[in-house]
Amino acid sequence: MIVEKATGAEHEKEADRLFGALAHSTRRDIVRRTMESDYSVSELARCYTTSFAAIQKHVALLEAAGLVIKSPRGREQIVRGSTARIEEARELLGRMESLWRDRLDRFDQLLGTTNEGDKPCP
Amino acid sequence: MPVTQVEKDPNRLTMTVRSEFKAGPDRIWQMWADPRLLERWWGPPTHPATFEQHDLSPGGGMKYFMTGPEGDKFRGWWRVISLEPGSGLEIEDGFADPDGNPDPSMASMIMKMSIEQAEHDPGTTLMTIETSFQSLEAMEQVLEMGAEEGMTLAQGQIDEMLASGAA
Repeated sequence: MIVEKATGAEHEKEADRLFGALAHSTRRDIVRRTMESDYSVSELARCYTTSFAAIQKHVALLEAAGLVIKSPRGREQIVRGSTARIEEARELLGRMESLWRDRLDRFDQLLGTTNEGDKPCP
Repeated sequence: MPVTQVEKDPNRLTMTVRSEFKAGPDRIWQMWADPRLLERWWGPPTHPATFEQHDLSPGGGMKYFMTGPEGDKFRGWWRVISLEPGSGLEIEDGFADPDGNPDPSMASMIMKMSIEQAEHDPGTTLMTIETSFQSLEAMEQVLEMGAEEGMTLAQGQIDEMLASGAA
């Protein structure tokens, strides 16, 4: 129960970060650009009239919200829109789930409890 | 179906599976503590697991391998991170080289298991398993390494068994 509540609060914090990150037109524009192709922070800074430091700050906020991912390339930091990675994580976790479901079915069968009140599976 | 709830967090690469069993907590613990029982459910029928070393104590660890249908072996290891006999266990699970030693170039994962007696029924035990990965690549590697193909095959086999059993 406590775990579930903590997870709920965690989700709320995540949502706050997400909506906060998206509540700025420059940041929304950065997300749109980096989902289409890769940009270094300095390349991004050239797209806007604001300072390099301001763009760096925007990118950091987006990164904390899980909307972009920064990875080093040489001396530069490459920024990528991360929805694809989150989708990939979702898919992999789905496979992990079926792995554990199968494993726990075997666990249950071994305990010899499957016929105690469980209806047979089709 | 023992699984009662699954929570997946793609941002933190974590999954929590809650399950319920009609047995007392001591029997559930035994399923992990007895290597001969553990190897009967850890690997799928196509890739049965053999635990060559099984030291369930703080600082202890396991060495195991899974044998594929072609006789191919996938070696792994567990490191006991923390342990509360009868109620909780946290391990790191990784790949090993052919000698059974941890392969540092390969991914590992953290698994936290806890068991507790259900409040409503002393004959029912709740088991929670939380698995977490350091990176997407690590999770990919774990799923790619034979085990997953084995799982998919196993599910097919179980379906077949059930179909023939029901007929």
